[in-house]
Amino acid sequence: MKRSNSPIFWALFGAGGMLAALFGTMLVFITGIAVPFGWTLSPDLMNYARMHAFAQNWIGKGFIFVIVALFAWHAMHRILCSLHDIGIHKGLLAKLCCYGGAMLITLIAAVKLLAIGF
Amino acid sequence: MSEAKMIEIQVLRYRPEQEDEPVWQSYSVPFTDDMSVLQGLQYIKDEIDGTLSFRWSCRMAICGSCGMMVNGKPHLSCQTFLRDLAPGPVRIEALAHFPIERDLVVSVEPFVKKLESVKPYIIPKEPRTLEQGEYLQTPEQLAQFEQFSSCINCMLCYSACPQFGLDPDFVGPGVLALLHRYNADSRDGGQAQRMEIVNSQEGVWSCTAVGYCSEVCPKHVDPANAVNQNKVNSAKDYFLRFLSPKGASK
Amino acid sequence: MNQKTAARRPYVRSMQGWWRRDPFFMVYMARELTAFAVLAYSIVLVVGVMRLAQGEAAWNGWLAALQSPWSLLLHLVFLLSFVIHAKSWFEIMPKTMPLMFVGGQRMNPAIITWTGWGATIAASVALFALALWGQS
Repeated sequence: MKRSNSPIFWALFGAGGMLAALFGTMLVFITGIAVPFGWTLSPDLMNYARMHAFAQNWIGKGFIFVIVALFAWHAMHRILCSLHDIGIHKGLLAKLCCYGGAMLITLIAAVKLLAIGF
Repeated sequence: MSEAKMIEIQVLRYRPEQEDEPVWQSYSVPFTDDMSVLQGLQYIKDEIDGTLSFRWSCRMAICGSCGMMVNGKPHLSCQTFLRDLAPGPVRIEALAHFPIERDLVVSVEPFVKKLESVKPYIIPKEPRTLEQGEYLQTPEQLAQFEQFSSCINCMLCYSACPQFGLDPDFVGPGVLALLHRYNADSRDGGQAQRMEIVNSQEGVWSCTAVGYCSEVCPKHVDPANAVNQNKVNSAKDYFLRFLSPKGASK
Repeated sequence: MNQKTAARRPYVRSMQGWWRRDPFFMVYMARELTAFAVLAYSIVLVVGVMRLAQGEAAWNGWLAALQSPWSLLLHLVFLLSFVIHAKSWFEIMPKTMPLMFVGGQRMNPAIITWTGWGATIAASVALFALALWGQS
């Protein structure tokens, strides 16, 4: 029986899922609700100066990259499995769309974060 | 003399020699509070319609023969009671995700072949003589595999598993629980030989952790645990296989 | 009796709409659907990163978009989805681990689930505290 390559994508799925479980809710609250509307946090928290500095810092860069990339890999693996669940076979096209999409998001994040500099 | 309580039992019939598609048939069955669904079916066969076909044996939830869908959920019919389903109607169908041979009888041969394929026996770590005496195990070592050895091969978990329904080649929860029963036994040294099945797409990687298999298991085997534990083992095997040529599997 | 056995003609039932057949499967599908929220949020963030790289004006445009009522609605949906994700994630986590023992007794797998929730609360508090510090 042929060895499956699923472990690669399952490991990414697992890492992303753990980060999403631990940090996702609060991140959504901060970036999407609290800061934009000034509820419990100041809208200035995410102003250009602060965010640019955060993204230039290697810890901030790393954090942003890991969250964006792993959330994408987690989601795409699950979506691919869900497509299979509703009858769409995990063929090459489905895998290219899903994992390709995650790779695209990962690359854009990496390139843009590096472009922001240090 | 009080009137017997009656309940309607609807059975999905299928007789390949007389119909192309299964068809529902309804029976009115008198029942008492101690009667199981199996006894209801036996009443139908004995008193109403002798052509009804279904498997059963021990009638005490240990042989694993009488699995069927009762009101859409997989159950052992000997362990499911008409009093809990009253006033009915009770809808009975062959175990989901298996081809129907006749009435409530499904094809089990692929399942049996899968059971045989996982080397379901102790493969000793090294040759052992009689003079060495018995293996010693702590209660904790026993507990690592004991629940997985409780499987009665009833196949309810296969009926619960949508991934098996979508891919009948999936080795499945029950067989993977059996595989794990041996891998987790401290007396066994055959993990590497069983890894080929574990690592394949038909092995653990068809599972998406729905978890229904463990919900329906009448013996609390928890096959979901057996399968998902082995995703970790399989991933370790996948990523670390180049580090240890001696211990790596194919 | 000397009857020939009837020819076998096994009948295979369709898997169409299988997930609607049992509430358990509906809950499973709801859990799997949270992936769309995780993906969408990742895209919101990566667009933010792109705007950040493009300069202050672009960044402020992205911030302004976050202040629209549609964005608020979207993020409330995200919030609910992430909570459902976390809940189901920590419920499954014990299934991926071998049976655990403490002092010879089988440890309740629910402890893993509660530990996960504890870690989430701690991480959330830490993130919020970091945010408060960041804005000072």
